[in-house]
Amino acid sequence: MYQTNQYEGMIAETITMQGYKGDTINAYSARPLGAGPFPGMVLIHHAPGWDEWYRECTRKFAHNGYVTISPNLYFRDGHGTAEDVGAKVRAAGGVPDDQVLGDLDGANKLLRSLPYVSGKVGVFGTCSGGRHGFLAACKNKNYDALVECWGGNVVQKPEELTPKRPVAPIDYTKDLPCPMIGIFGNDDKSPAPDQVNRHEEELKKHGKNYVFHRYDGAGHGFFYYDRPAYRQEQAVDGWKKVLAFLEKNLK
Amino acid sequence: MCTMITHQAKIEGRGKSGEDWFEVREANVSYDHPYDLPLEHALNIDFVNEAQGPGARIAVELSIDAARKLVQTIEAVLAQAEKQGVAEDRLQTAHS
Repeated sequence: MYQTNQYEGMIAETITMQGYKGDTINAYSARPLGAGPFPGMVLIHHAPGWDEWYRECTRKFAHNGYVTISPNLYFRDGHGTAEDVGAKVRAAGGVPDDQVLGDLDGANKLLRSLPYVSGKVGVFGTCSGGRHGFLAACKNKNYDALVECWGGNVVQKPEELTPKRPVAPIDYTKDLPCPMIGIFGNDDKSPAPDQVNRHEEELKKHGKNYVFHRYDGAGHGFFYYDRPAYRQEQAVDGWKKVLAFLEKNLK
Repeated sequence: MCTMITHQAKIEGRGKSGEDWFEVREANVSYDHPYDLPLEHALNIDFVNEAQGPGARIAVELSIDAARKLVQTIEAVLAQAEKQGVAEDRLQTAHS
C-alpha cells in the first residue's frame, strides 16, 4: 500500500556523456534519490526534437523508479530552441542511424556504470525514437526491455532507404533479444495499421516475446498532451500498460 | 512519423524575425510534422541562413490546400510582373 508519508525525491539535470565515436554530447537525466538499486531507462526523443515533452517524460520515468537518461541526439546540430534545431535536422533528412545507435549505446553504458543502477536497462522511444528504439534493441543487444511507441518506418520499402537509414529495422527482427511492448494508434498514417500488421507478423514469425496495444480513436503521437493528437483515455491506458510492462521486466 | 520528405532551395532574400531582418540563403521545404499547425503532417517552409545557426529561421506551416494556393499566387504575381516589364532578378547593392 502506498504510504502518503513516505519520502520521495528526485534529481533532474543536464549531464554530459560519451556518445557515437566517443563524442561528448549532452543529455537530460532524472533519477529517484536513494541508494537504489534502480533499473535504468534510455529515452529516445522524437524527430521534432529534444523538447520539453521529453524532459517531462524523463522525470515521469524517474518518478516511477527508473534512473533515466535522454540523450540529445541533435547535439551536433548546434544550439537553439528544440524547434529551430529540430527544423534544421528535418531539412537534413534526419540523423544517421549509426550515430543514433552510438549515442544510445553511450547512454546505456553510462547507466550500467552507475552504482545505484540495478543492472537492468530498458529503452523507450516515440515516433522516430520508436524506430530507433527497435533498432537499438536489435543491434546494440544491451537492453532488457523495449517500449516502442508508434515507431514509423520500421517497415521501409527499398526505395525509402537512404545512406542515413540504410536498412529497414524490420529486417533485424530476428535479433531482438528482449521483451517488447508496442503502442499504436489505429488512425496513424505512419505507421499505418497494415505496417503494424507486418511488424507484428515478423515478430510472430521469429517467436519473439512481444505485446502490441492498438488503440481506436487515436492517431500518431497520442501521448503528446501538448499536441492536438492527444487522446486522454487512450494515453492514460497506454501509460498504464507501458509502466506495468516495465515493472514486470525490469524490477 | 517523420516522412523525411524534404528539399532545399538556395535563394537570395531577406526575412524578418522579431525586430530584425536577416539575409536568408536557403529555403527548406518539407512535408513532415509541423510544430504548431494542428495537423499530423504539413507543408513546412523554413527560410533560414545556415551560416548563422539554427535560430536564423522564419517558419511557415501550411495545409496542402494553402500551399497550393500560395504557389499559384506567387506564379500569378511573377507572371504579371514579367508581363508589365518590371521583373528584376538581380539584387541591387551599394556597389551595383
